[in-house]
Amino acid sequence: MTALAPDTPWDPSQPILEIEHLSISFFTRMREIPAVMDFSCTVMAGEAMGLVGESGCGKSTVALGVMRELGKNGRIVKGSIKFKGRDLAQMSDEELRHIRGSEIAMIYQEPMASLNPAMKVGAQLAEVPMLHSGMSKDEAWKLARQIVADVRLPDPDRIINAYPHQLSGGQQQRIVIAMALMAKPALLILDEPTTALDVTVEAGIVDLVKELGEKYGTSMLFISHNLGLVMDVCDRICVMYSGEAVETGNVVEVFDEMRHPYTQALFRSIPLPGADKNARPLISIPGNFPLPHERPPGCNFGPRCDYFQKGRCDAADVPMFPVPGSDRHETRCLRWQEIDWEAPPAKREIKQKAEIGRVVLKMEDLRKYYSVSGGAFGGGMKKVVKANETLSFEAREGETLAIVGESGCGKSTFAKVLMGLETATSGSIMLFDENVQSTPIQKRNTDTVSQVQMVFQNPFDTLNPSMSVGRQIIRALEIFNYGKSDAERHERMLELLDLVKLPRAFAERMPRQLSGGQKQRVGIARAFAGGAKVVVADEPVSALDVSVQAAVTDLLMDIQRENKTTLLFISHDLSIVRYLSDRVMVMYLGHVVEMGTTDQVFSPPYHPYTEALLSAVPIADTKVIRKRIVLEGDIPSAMNPPPGCPFQTRCRWKSQVPGGLCEREVPPVQVLEGGHQIKCHLSRDILAQMEPVIKIAAE
Amino acid sequence: MGLFVLRRLGVMLLTAIALTFVVFYLTNLQPNLEKLARTEGSVRMTEEAVQDWIAQNGHSGSIFMRYGQWLGVVPGWTYTDEKGQMRGRCFEIGQDPTAAPTYCGLLQGNWGYSTFFKTPVMDSLGEKLAATGWLMLAVMLVMVPTSLLLGVLSGMREGSATDRTLSTFSIASTATPEYVSGVVLVALFATAATGISPLLAEYGLIEPKKTLFLASATSAMDDITFWNFALPVMTIALYGIGYIARMTRASMTEVMTQQYIRTARLKGVPFRTVVMRHALRNALIAPFTVIMLQFPWLLNGVVIVESLFNYKGFGWTLVQAASNNDIPLLLACSVVAVVVVLLTQLISDIGYVFLNPRIRLA
Repeated sequence: MTALAPDTPWDPSQPILEIEHLSISFFTRMREIPAVMDFSCTVMAGEAMGLVGESGCGKSTVALGVMRELGKNGRIVKGSIKFKGRDLAQMSDEELRHIRGSEIAMIYQEPMASLNPAMKVGAQLAEVPMLHSGMSKDEAWKLARQIVADVRLPDPDRIINAYPHQLSGGQQQRIVIAMALMAKPALLILDEPTTALDVTVEAGIVDLVKELGEKYGTSMLFISHNLGLVMDVCDRICVMYSGEAVETGNVVEVFDEMRHPYTQALFRSIPLPGADKNARPLISIPGNFPLPHERPPGCNFGPRCDYFQKGRCDAADVPMFPVPGSDRHETRCLRWQEIDWEAPPAKREIKQKAEIGRVVLKMEDLRKYYSVSGGAFGGGMKKVVKANETLSFEAREGETLAIVGESGCGKSTFAKVLMGLETATSGSIMLFDENVQSTPIQKRNTDTVSQVQMVFQNPFDTLNPSMSVGRQIIRALEIFNYGKSDAERHERMLELLDLVKLPRAFAERMPRQLSGGQKQRVGIARAFAGGAKVVVADEPVSALDVSVQAAVTDLLMDIQRENKTTLLFISHDLSIVRYLSDRVMVMYLGHVVEMGTTDQVFSPPYHPYTEALLSAVPIADTKVIRKRIVLEGDIPSAMNPPPGCPFQTRCRWKSQVPGGLCEREVPPVQVLEGGHQIKCHLSRDILAQMEPVIKIAAE
Repeated sequence: MGLFVLRRLGVMLLTAIALTFVVFYLTNLQPNLEKLARTEGSVRMTEEAVQDWIAQNGHSGSIFMRYGQWLGVVPGWTYTDEKGQMRGRCFEIGQDPTAAPTYCGLLQGNWGYSTFFKTPVMDSLGEKLAATGWLMLAVMLVMVPTSLLLGVLSGMREGSATDRTLSTFSIASTATPEYVSGVVLVALFATAATGISPLLAEYGLIEPKKTLFLASATSAMDDITFWNFALPVMTIALYGIGYIARMTRASMTEVMTQQYIRTARLKGVPFRTVVMRHALRNALIAPFTVIMLQFPWLLNGVVIVESLFNYKGFGWTLVQAASNNDIPLLLACSVVAVVVVLLTQLISDIGYVFLNPRIRLA
């Protein structure tokens, strides 16, 4: 990068990135849609800036705007983006090309999709220095190998010669990070880099990003919807709402002394330790996110704000106000000095604990094995994948049983077996005193099918793309024989839309016109259409925004209270599990490693895996002190599980068990007091000595 | 890989046997045989004489036995008439039957005797296939690069003016069947009365009464020149160009919206390199299968074009064999067609693996 160096040398005390009054619009045939309005932020050298907000708030647009990658319809209509003092908005394509990848690099949300499937990893990495510094191919490959080792991937020689599909999700993301680091950029833009990954893998990636940021002095623009993650990684934060920055400042200041109603509402809607679904329920933000072309006059957050004053907040556009005596803390609220920020939320309604009734679902010794062919050419040895191994539990009416574990632990297989999409290899499933273990879904009667429903993990694939939203819900109602007439079903469909907080007008929309969160709500509406008794929610909120998560979990809880639904909540997000579940079951590689009430599982003694899982979850509370346990490596393949205890390859307590027992024998289930079950070889003494992972610092 | 190819070849063999049996059965239906008897024997034969002729010439008996004879796994038929003269599948009249081999079918290299051309099938078909081979080669050489280029050019910037123009051309060309485009091309370039030839003659660029291109490709049987070969090649290629270009465009536009293309652009890769290195290989996976499917399709395209331009190749032979009830020749043509189809599919599958590292042979 010598040829195109700026004329004036850049002064490192000046900001690396300075965005001033940036407005970005997308132009369609109908109208101009403003995506980002009057956005300003400054990133200093070595600083990490977090960009937080719900989907559609424009945070990704800002990132892509910095890269000037706005597609055919997008355009910067106002303001400037100064990178090292030069305005990116004014640069020619050729100048821009030299900055992209070499000075500003980007890390993306879905690592699999952002790597070229037909090119070797090494070639994709080596391309960067070959392009930008004219490095020879051999040298570039050598550098690639070194950076791959730098991002702590095992066996770098094998990995640079592999194709992306041969790596796991965590490894792919490390490759994307390596690719971004190849040219030692001054600014790194991370667009939800860990959203697609498991928590324990996420923890590793976050540590890596932080460490590399310190090592190379790279500035970061970190986009995320996860406030806890932002607190872990960033120095500064910028909260966005509906295309505008509403509050910006030092992370600790914003977290502890927020000065914008939206930030406050956001924090009240996430499940922090101490929240409880009955005594201290989450407060979801009322109303809906305004569509980009239907924004209200004045403050965008006005219509959903508790502190809204008619005639004042909706009079004119609100500028940013600096908060005096702070570290560049600003807020876009007219009334920030009048609001009592310490006042407890007014309308927290305390809800009745749902009564837990009779046993509805009982599984005993359930096993599900798959056999797959082992050879590359179809022949070879048949291998057995043990997706579920001796699963036994009961779920009662009105109870929430959380099933926790990372991808590949067998939790989705379990759901499929329960739904009847697969039949179990052995064991029994008793549903309302009826054994459904070997009844596939085609042979179940309508009653059983409508009683056991599922909310699926991926909202993008579960809706028929060529059927309107309303039609799909009505279709479910028809199948479940609900209502007498079309009009009645139509009415019920609209009610269901209200229930999941979607505007009624959405009934006419096609799934492609909805955001991921909105699609998921349609999925939930569909699942509850037939008055389900047992609902399996397979990661129902993992794809949703925080405030939406609160609304959806509340919705699930409300319906549960009303209908005494048994909720099997499959999730990897322990914060939400702690908030809403009565009992928790932790799974690892097909085994249930720990089971007990929520309090039992979330406090010591832990199973070593639960301990690591708990420590990996980012918590958006400055007062919480977490022990950091980062697991090495990936989850072993279920095709080739380790001998003995499934967790022994990553367990940090292994040395405490004498005689290498962990490598030889599957541990027995130890039943501690109160029916708390742990599948571990550790002696009770050692288990009793375990310290809590999460501590709340004394105030 | 070796094992996979072997297995596939085994499956192919079974498919080939099944397919040729179907053709054998259809061509050896009773009315067909009766017609054959009348053309070979005499038109005025009585019903009885026809049945006798069929029985005496090895066309009676179980269809499986006859198929086996044709294949060469069942001993060839023999018949001794009232004069003590012996006839059989494996020897000519007058030859010593004891010296003749017992089996004489496809496997022994005996493809039969063409009743229409009055030559062994092998001889006439071999020559015809070579002629068609040249035609197909020329078509492929024109069609594949052109269509891929058109497809990639229009697909890399979806909705641009280039895209619209090229798409219009592709749709138009693929919507025109060969018997239309062939006639139009002849009228435009190869008639002395219409099209551009009279104009060129007027300007003195070509001799009067001559045409720019030749409307008959018969002379190309001996000596291929640009002037006698261009029109048949273009007629077949035009249709395929449009089709493959559409496929390539669809695949290219899809690839260009993929996230890894954005990754490449945001790495600072120039647009040309993005297209050549990142998009092309991924975009070619789908059209590759289509191109391989074009081979068997070309076989049917040549039927029309060879008849139209009087080029005596495989397609022309097939038409002659069918219209003259030449059973051995028809069967041989079907064997060729089956082999071509199956082989191209095998190549397509293997090539797919090389283009797409995610696919493993299984």
